[in-house]
Amino acid sequence: METVWFCIVAVMIAAYVVLDGFDLGAGIVFPFVARTAEDRRCVIRSIGPVWDGNEVWLLAAGGTLYFAFPQLYASAFSGFYLPLMMVLWLLMLRGLGIELRTHVENVVWQKFFDSLFFLASAMLAIFFGAALGNVIRGVPLGQDGYFFEALWTDFRVGPNPGILDWYTVMAGVVALVTLTAHGALYLVLKTEGELAQRTKKLALGIWPVQVFLTLVSLACTWFVRPELKANYLHYPIGFVIPVVVFVSLFLMRQWTVKGRELNAFLASAIYITGLLVGAVFALYPVVLPASTNPAYSLTIHNSAAGHHGLTVGIVWWLIGVTLAIGYFFFIYSMFKGKVRLEGEGY
Amino acid sequence: MDSALLIHRLHFAFTATFHYLFPQLTMGLALLIVILKTQALRHNDEMYNRSARFWARIFGISFVMGVVTGIPMEFQFGTNWSHFSRFAGGVIGQTLAMEGMFAFFLESAFLGLFLFGEKRLTPKAHWWSAFAVFAGSWLSGFFIIATDAWMQHPVGYERAPDGSAQLSSFWDLVLNPWAWWQYAHNMSGAVITGAFVMASVGAFYLLWGQHFDYGRIFVRVGVTTALIFSVLQLFPTGDGQGKMVAEHQPVTLAAMEALFDSQPGASLVIIGQPNIPERKIDNPIVVPKALSFLTYRAWEAEVKGLNAFPEQLWPDNILLVYYSYHIMVGLGTIFIAVALLAGLLLWQGKLFDSRWMLWVLMISLPFPFIANTAGWITAELGRQPWLVYGLMMTRDGYSKTVSAGNGAFTLLGFMGMYTVLGILFLFLVRREIEHGPAVDRSLTH
Repeated sequence: METVWFCIVAVMIAAYVVLDGFDLGAGIVFPFVARTAEDRRCVIRSIGPVWDGNEVWLLAAGGTLYFAFPQLYASAFSGFYLPLMMVLWLLMLRGLGIELRTHVENVVWQKFFDSLFFLASAMLAIFFGAALGNVIRGVPLGQDGYFFEALWTDFRVGPNPGILDWYTVMAGVVALVTLTAHGALYLVLKTEGELAQRTKKLALGIWPVQVFLTLVSLACTWFVRPELKANYLHYPIGFVIPVVVFVSLFLMRQWTVKGRELNAFLASAIYITGLLVGAVFALYPVVLPASTNPAYSLTIHNSAAGHHGLTVGIVWWLIGVTLAIGYFFFIYSMFKGKVRLEGEGY
Repeated sequence: MDSALLIHRLHFAFTATFHYLFPQLTMGLALLIVILKTQALRHNDEMYNRSARFWARIFGISFVMGVVTGIPMEFQFGTNWSHFSRFAGGVIGQTLAMEGMFAFFLESAFLGLFLFGEKRLTPKAHWWSAFAVFAGSWLSGFFIIATDAWMQHPVGYERAPDGSAQLSSFWDLVLNPWAWWQYAHNMSGAVITGAFVMASVGAFYLLWGQHFDYGRIFVRVGVTTALIFSVLQLFPTGDGQGKMVAEHQPVTLAAMEALFDSQPGASLVIIGQPNIPERKIDNPIVVPKALSFLTYRAWEAEVKGLNAFPEQLWPDNILLVYYSYHIMVGLGTIFIAVALLAGLLLWQGKLFDSRWMLWVLMISLPFPFIANTAGWITAELGRQPWLVYGLMMTRDGYSKTVSAGNGAFTLLGFMGMYTVLGILFLFLVRREIEHGPAVDRSLTH
């Protein structure tokens, strides 16, 4: 039962990263590709009706994590106190940036909220990457299952690391580049004309960086946590994951060049999912590794909620997720196709 | 008081209080927008559609504020109250996760469609999108209340070997009688906020002499709704909620009434200042025996005073519990009076010409927000010193690893951020009200 919930939470987090990832990415490429006022409105409108729903996956994943693994939730959220609060502030600023810009027809007002939207999007991508980096690297858990991590210590990966060290900063950069490409491919899919051309160029330009960083992050992870290959060696089926990652990365470029926009975007989504699944597969059954003493690590067994609660949860979770997927298909089909500026709204 | 504990309490109190200014308005307006859309469909009247669109714009702004201030609420259970989360997560994780799965997805998916998709939908389909937003926001309210109700009156749990609470009965949790009374009382309170805001804006238009036709619609719908729900707020919902408190938290009831000594035929204090050192009320104005009657439906019934309980189990801020409770009840009574009077004038067809009454309606705008806030302060401070009533003390629940310094840092950050949010909100809503409902200002991204 714990394993089932481990998979469910992982799937929900992956759904969040893939979905909110493209609107974060759209925010990152926004100032580089949108030159005219129309361009800017096109970008905002391409994510306008869906960004809030995408972000709900974060809340729902958080709620589900709390429900299934209360000990993990309590420990991780209090331990990552400062960066999490900053993530909250960034999420708030970004929401305002998207929603409030059109309320006043004034260049200065819009410029301000556009900048907010860009900065918050970029910072969030880096923070999320660093967060994943922290979970992979491990945190200084005490015997009681709690820890508190400073924002930085000496930037080295040791038993007493900070939120930011060279490894997690690298993970932040990987996330920034990955989501930039993901957002760019989404915009290519949703826009037309010069805006789409510029965005496509950007996506292709960033691709070699992405390949390079994928290799670097693999090598660094190997170096920082060599024991993570244990699951792969034990269950060699896991080697399918890196294959999927590299194939989708390759196809992402091929399809972008050929103008198969939807395929290219989906390849990026699979690439991101592959990275996450690869990490999760390596960690299992640990959910938060201890850098202090492996015995203090939080696993699905010592952090899960009671059995009855988890069993009941399966029932409503299945109903809930079916409904949610239904809404998503409905909403995305309502707003499908290229964004056009005329004839919208009332 | 240990300063980290104080900081974490202030952190949650501040962010929750500010947050709830917005959901009470959006949950109330959601119902009113459905009413306006229904009228538009039934009478095929474009005026009602325009009214609905106007309120949808205000709703949209409030909703954004509610969402951005709401995200920190869920996270704070883990960040600032991790020991509580570890203790209670096996139970309230259920309701919090269900809120995400059932309410947030519904709400967020259809809000975009409701706000930006009217042209893509048939009138009926657009009505359904409004209804979905209403259902989502009210469901969300239920799961949060069910969570709070479990903290007020824990049911459906068992203690695990490690001391934590784990779910033993799902249905006991969601059918907690406390939750249903509190939900009814709270939602009725939210509708009162929405209704008075609508009536107030309508009254403003009539007094200003602009957007006359819309002003009339707003006043008519607002006053009628306010009348129904301010009565429901007192009876049966307020009465039922009060009985829950009397039954399960008698010491809280004593603090709310500042009843220091147990007595038969206890009187109800209308106004007065509790003098805690001397255990009495200064300058009291009371209704004899009314407290006994309201609580137990018997004039001579014995009501337990604070002296019946050990002092360390008294709510730790009796003054604030007493005052916020009295502010809530006092304002609630005034709402009934105002709505009755305005309703009477409306029924006689004189309301739109009674300028004094329109003034009263216009000025009423902030008071439902105050009453709702005071009600929540009563509930949450009344529960003290418990975090989960009878199971976990508040002082045991906060994150021991998060120091007062880190807590103060983020508390100040939220204060600064929310000040800006509040100013932005007022600025944007003021613009919408000034533009008025007559022109369809396009609402797009």
